[in-house]
Formats: sequence, structure tokens, C-alpha cells
Amino acid sequence: MSSIRPVKQARKALLWLLIVFIIATGVLVAGATTGKTAWGPKLALDLEGGTEMILAPRVQGNQTINQEQLDQAVSIIRQRVNGNGVTEAEVTTQSGRNVVVSMPGIPDQATRDLIQASAAMEFRPVLVSGSYEATPKDQRTVKADLPNPKDEPKNGSDTSWVTADLYKQFEAYDCKTELAKDSGEEADPKKPMISCDAGTQSKYILGPQEIPGDQISDAYAQMARGTNGSVTGEWVVVIEFNQQGTKTFADTTQRLVALQGAQNQFAIVLDGETISAPTTNAVISDGRPQISGGFTQESSQALAEQLKYGALPISFDIQSERQVSATLGADQLQAGLIAGVIGLVLVFIYSLFQYRALGLVTIASLLVSGVLTYLALVLLGWGMNYRLSLAGVAGLIVAIGLIADSFIVYFERVRDELREGRPLASAVEIGWGRAKRTILASKAVNLLAAVVLYIVAVGNVRGFAFTLGLTAIIDLVVVYGLTHPTLVLLARTRFFADGHRLSGLDPSLLGVEPLYKGAGQIRQFGVNAEANRGKKNAKASGEAAKRMTIAERRRAEALKSSEPGKAQSKAQEENNE
Amino acid sequence: MNKLVTWGNELYTGKRSYPFTSKHRLWFAIAGALVILSILVPVVKGGFNLGIDFRGGSEFTVSNVQSTDIKIGENAVTSVASGSEATVTNIAQNTMRVQTERLSDDQTLEIATKLAEGYDVQPKEVTSNFIGPTWGQDVSRQALVGLVAFVVLVGLLMAVYFRTWKMSLAAIVGLFVVIIVTAGIYSLTGFEITPSAIIGFLTILSYSLYDTVVVFDKVRENTKNFTKQTRRSFEQLVNLAVNQTLVRSINTSVVAVLPVAAILFIGSYLLGAGTLKDLSLALFVGIIISALSTLFVQAPLYHWLRRNDDDVVEHTKKFAQD
Repeated sequence: MSSIRPVKQARKALLWLLIVFIIATGVLVAGATTGKTAWGPKLALDLEGGTEMILAPRVQGNQTINQEQLDQAVSIIRQRVNGNGVTEAEVTTQSGRNVVVSMPGIPDQATRDLIQASAAMEFRPVLVSGSYEATPKDQRTVKADLPNPKDEPKNGSDTSWVTADLYKQFEAYDCKTELAKDSGEEADPKKPMISCDAGTQSKYILGPQEIPGDQISDAYAQMARGTNGSVTGEWVVVIEFNQQGTKTFADTTQRLVALQGAQNQFAIVLDGETISAPTTNAVISDGRPQISGGFTQESSQALAEQLKYGALPISFDIQSERQVSATLGADQLQAGLIAGVIGLVLVFIYSLFQYRALGLVTIASLLVSGVLTYLALVLLGWGMNYRLSLAGVAGLIVAIGLIADSFIVYFERVRDELREGRPLASAVEIGWGRAKRTILASKAVNLLAAVVLYIVAVGNVRGFAFTLGLTAIIDLVVVYGLTHPTLVLLARTRFFADGHRLSGLDPSLLGVEPLYKGAGQIRQFGVNAEANRGKKNAKASGEAAKRMTIAERRRAEALKSSEPGKAQSKAQEENNE
Repeated sequence: MNKLVTWGNELYTGKRSYPFTSKHRLWFAIAGALVILSILVPVVKGGFNLGIDFRGGSEFTVSNVQSTDIKIGENAVTSVASGSEATVTNIAQNTMRVQTERLSDDQTLEIATKLAEGYDVQPKEVTSNFIGPTWGQDVSRQALVGLVAFVVLVGLLMAVYFRTWKMSLAAIVGLFVVIIVTAGIYSLTGFEITPSAIIGFLTILSYSLYDTVVVFDKVRENTKNFTKQTRRSFEQLVNLAVNQTLVRSINTSVVAVLPVAAILFIGSYLLGAGTLKDLSLALFVGIIISALSTLFVQAPLYHWLRRNDDDVVEHTKKFAQD
């Protein structure tokens, strides 16, 4: 009487779920025991404590900012924060507009200023060049030989800028230690400064600012062309100045081109660091200097990006700043977990009340969903650096209801089929065929909402959308991999198949008269069920047909050949009123 | 259980039936009145109680305080920024919240230190939150973008799945009823609107449509080959579907509301104001309205939209003759 196929499929589905579960657990155990990941999910700042700043770029005039520039800004902020000794700071962009900086603990004033300051790019003439490290004490210039300028400097390249104090400071300047403690102080554009060039491993004394970065209108990398116009295969960076920049740059190059040695160089300085210090080979009067020399495609493009950033000095407004104390974070996590447990228990009680033993299937499915969600959160935290926030916890709790609903939809469909007078095994098959469609459609709506929210979200909406979407997927996995197969197998146990009072599927409670009334009389199958059985369910109902009793089958054949009597359907309609 | 199950059986067979479609005028009138009220209330009351995220300002939360004296908080604020108004509330056991108008970054930090001194707690027990004036606008604008994108996409999805745009339309009209009425309740009760509440609203969208899809799926199933039978009119078939899924609708709403109620309770009792409370409050209100709206707005509306379609008109005529 019972067909083997659904049972086989059910066992297979359960096996698959078990395999997924074992793999995920295996990865987690492997990761956690080797110390690559913690046992629990990574927590966001509102649960762990720390500071989160949401910064919005402020651009001058009616300029707009594109993703590229924002990414550039992010990498600059990241360098600044990490350079300042804050570890674990995370700098990300949000919805293509904002920059989010999160870090554990509370940042000091210096870090705060650093984050907000706009990147200052400027062009300065080089006066003196030296080694990256500090000059060893015994090799430093003796006092008598130190420069002692008497005249006021006449222009930016004048060595009278270099005073004895400045030179002493320059020799003692060790780039490695100085960069690590980046103070974030902006150099006075009217005064000389010491600047390091990590690229060429040297340091310079630079004259006062000649051209501020905002006079760059564009910068790009290209292949250089020889005098005859053919491509030479060498990468160069082309800077384009605006009108004012063009004029100043022409004057500056006029002066620099005549000078020798280091003084022939001009430095491009970003945030106090020299990113390039090319030599001047000619007077550039068209405002389109070309920087060449040993560039690869990547390095030339990287420099062009940095120059472009200089063209658009972005400073940041703090949109929102949260400092969450670790105490409050722990409190919130605890409250969230308590709420989750209470919610779960309430749903358990209600399921048992509504569905009796069937409620146990709900409980088991919810628990497995919970474990899978936990595994997913930990692994996502490890792989994608996903952090669970309070809004995310709320999403998880809300999801309890949504997940439980899939089971409700399914069970109610099975009950409907029982009411049509089917035996349990076929009620489960046919009920599943219908419930499946509904569950898929409704989960698609959930998932769509989660994805839309995630994409457009600002602030902590994201964490919420993420867990909501994640649980929608896990829900489907569990319904297909656990709830349905379990029900298929349970439908073959006597407890459920005979409709025990406590099974939640007691046909007599569901208002079903037995199909076979004795003496050859069989109650008619619900007419409705036959009429509505669509193509989709053909397979399932075929399956059910195989499982009919002989009496049922005869009855069904009889039904096919003759239309159900009109008198009877009229009678049912009256009941309807 | 017996009673509920018997009730479910009667609903299923059609022995017991609630007039969701036939009394649609009444339901639409009630829904319409609620929508108009929900629009009028904020106008009369002068808008919503917007949270600090929308006004801009600084907010401090002090945990584990020894005394819950409001004066301490007020003094801490005025000592740093004289003339600045501070709202100090005891939001939960041993937790104080201080809200001020927009202060500079330095002032914010200074007040945080003063508060720690005043309430005799470690500086690390003070949480501060500084919100720029445009932040709330940012959140609302993105929420609006999300709303539009979601409605368009889900409208398409449903139209494709149900193969009729009328179901999409009915579902989306109902969705707006839910949103507007929920907003009206927020305005009426003066619940604070915060970014978390906005997340809650957006989730209601998803929940409301989710709920509708389940009921509409049954409607679709019942009315699939309705022209081929004469036992029930189109309207009766729609109504039967709603009645047949009624037990599901109730169970779903209860199961959805229970965890939300748990967050609401814990959020309000243990934490006072905050993400959990704001979010769950919006959901709590929204889920209940969504469930009602599916039954009384979306389903009758679908029938109403279809009532003049040729196949329905013809079938109803034939049915009446029988």
C-alpha cells in the first residue's frame, strides 16, 4: 500500500541536510580550533562597544563625488587611522555616499581630527634631499657647518628657507618612526617642511607651497608618445592644471629647470607625505606636465588616482557618531538573546497547542534553523567579516515568526487534504505540492524585500535586512530538507497515520467522515479537490492514486465516468449561505 | 483545540463563512475612513514625534547609575553648554538618557565626561551619540527609495507569479493602507519615529505582502478553473479562499506577533528606548494591521477589480440562472 518513492526522497533530503550541517560544523570546528575564527559570530559595535562615525563628504561648490573618489577617500582615511595606531578600525563606504568608520574603544582627539581632515595635496619645491632614516648621530653636521641664512628667502626654491634648526631636525628625522606616529598636523603652506617619500625611500626639506591640490583639474595615466607621435611603451602620468594652476606651474618650472640637484625637483605632497618628486626637465607653460620614470601601468594609475583626489579635496562632516559603552553593548546583546528565547518559547507553546505532536516537528525545524543560522553567521563573520548588530538580532527574532509560518502554511494544507478525506500519506504529498508553491512565492517576497533594503540601506538597516534575507533562505533549506521529509516519514507511523488524538492530524477532529462507511458505501471525495487539482500536482496525485485503497480506486474510477450529481452540489451550496 | 479545529473545518467546507467579499463596501468604507483619519491626524497634530536622529543633536546613555536624579544630568549639560536645553529621562532601571540640541563634537565629549562624574560611573559606561542634522533626512530618503524600488519589483514579481496584474494592484493598494494607517497610529500615539522605526515600517511592507501572497495563492487555486463549474460564483470562490485560509492567517499572525511582543517587552522593560523597542513597536502595530488588511482590503479588492471582467460577468450571470 505504501509507496517507496516519497520515503526514499525524504531520506535523501534528510541526508543532504545532514551533509550540509556536518560540513558547516566541520569548517567551524576546524576554524575555531586553529584560532582562525571565534566560536561565536562577530559582533558589531552596538553589541560589543566602540565608536562608529558616519561621515558624509563635503565637496566644494556644486561638484559631485563619484564612487572612485569615495573609494580613494576611504583608503586615505584607512591609512590615516591605521597609521595612528588604531588597530581593527574598519572603514567602509555606504550606499555610495557615506563613509563609515568603526573602531573598538573611544578614539582620541587626534584620531578624530585625522578622520575628519580633508586630504591636503600640494606642490612644493624640493630644497634638500636626504636618506629615509635619521643620520647616525656621529655623522651629523657639526654646528659650525650648519646653514645660517641671513637673507629673507626670495622665492620658494631659495635655500635661505633652511635654517640651522630645520636642518638639525631634518638630519634627526627618521621617516619610519615619524610616519607611525603621524600627528595629523597640517603643515603651514607658507613655511618649509620636512616630508618623507616612501616610494624612493628618501626625505626632503620642501619649500613653501607653490600650488594647492585643488588647482589640478584632472590627472590620468597614459602611454608616452615619442617626438614622432609613436607610442614608446612607457607609462606616464599627465596632470592637467586649471588656469591659475597653469600659470603658477609655468612660473615654478621656469625657476626649477635652471636649478641643479635636488632643487630641480618638485614634490607632490599628500597629507604631508611626498607621493612623487619628479625632476623638472622643461618649462611647462600649457599646464599639462607629464611625469615619467619607471612607471608600470599600475603605479602610474595609482599616482593618477591620488592626484585626482587632490583635485577634489574632500573633507568630511560627521553625520552621526555613536560611542557605545561596552556595558550597554553587553546589556543589549543580553536583552536581545532573552527576547529571542522568550519569543521562541512562546512560539513553541503555541505550536504545541495548535498542532499537538505536529508542533514537535515545528520545534525541531525551528531549532535546526537556529543552529544553521548560527553556523552561517559565524562562517560569514569569518569569511566576509560580517558583524551581527542589534538590528540584526532583531531581524533574527522577527524571523522566528516568518519561519514558523512556513510550517503553518504546510500543516494547514495537509489538514485541508485530510478534510477532503485523503489518507495521511497522500494528504502530505498533495498538501506539500500546494504548500511548496505558496512557500516559495512568499519567501521570494521576503527575500526581495531583504535585498532591496540591503542595497539602499543606510545605518543599521543593513544588519537587519541581512539577517532577514539569510533566514528566508535557511527557512527554505529547512522546509525542504527537514520539515517535509520528516512529515513524509511520520505519516507512515501508526501514531500519525491512524490519526491519534494527540497527533494534530486526527481526521475525526478535522470533520472527516471515514471514506469507507461499510457495506460498499464510500463517502464521496471532495468535489472541489478533484476540480482544482492542477497539472503541477499531477505527479503528486498520481502518487496518491497508487496509494488508494481498492475501494477508493473504484470510487475514483466511477467518479471519472459520471459527473457528480447536481442535487448534491446544490445541497452543499445551501450549507454555504 | 477542538473548537478551533471544528471552526476551521466549517470554514473549510463553507459551512461557516464570513462575508469578506460581499460586504466589501463596508470594509472599504472603514479602511478609507482610517486612511483619511491617518492623514488628517498628523496634519492636525502638526506632524510626528521625530526622534533625535531626525532633529539632529547629541544623546547620551549612562548605564549602571547610582542615582536616577534628573538634576545631575541637567547640570552636567548646562555646565558645559550654558543655555542648552537638556531632556533627561530615566529610560530603564539604572539607565539614564540625556538628549540635547546639537552641540559641537568637543562639547559632546566634555558632557560625556561630566555625566560620568555626576552619576558616579566609569567613563566607559557612558554611551554618546552625536547626530548631524542631515542624517535623518538621509535615512528617510533611502527608505523612500527602498519603498519605491520594493513596490515596483514586488508588483512585477506578483504579476508574473499570479499571472494577473489585478492581484498585484490589490496587494499594493492594501500595502499602502497598512503603511498609512500605521503612520497614523504613530502620529496619534506620539510614538517616537526613529531610524529603527523606519526599518520596522519597511519590514511591515515585506510582511504585509507576504501575508497577502499566501491568501492570494489560495484564491488563485480556488478560482483557477472557475468558469468550468457552477457550484459557486467567482465572488463566493474568493470568499471561500479567504475563509479557508483564515485559520492560517490567525495562526500566522499570532506566531509572528509573539516574538515581536517578546522584543517589545524586553526592549521597553530592560533597555528602555532604543533599536529593539522602536523596531518591535512598529512591527507589532504593522503585523496586526497587515493581517486585518489582507482579509478586509486586499481580498475583497481583488474581487472588486475583477467584477467587471468578461469571464466573471458571464459566469456570474450563468450562476444566477442556475
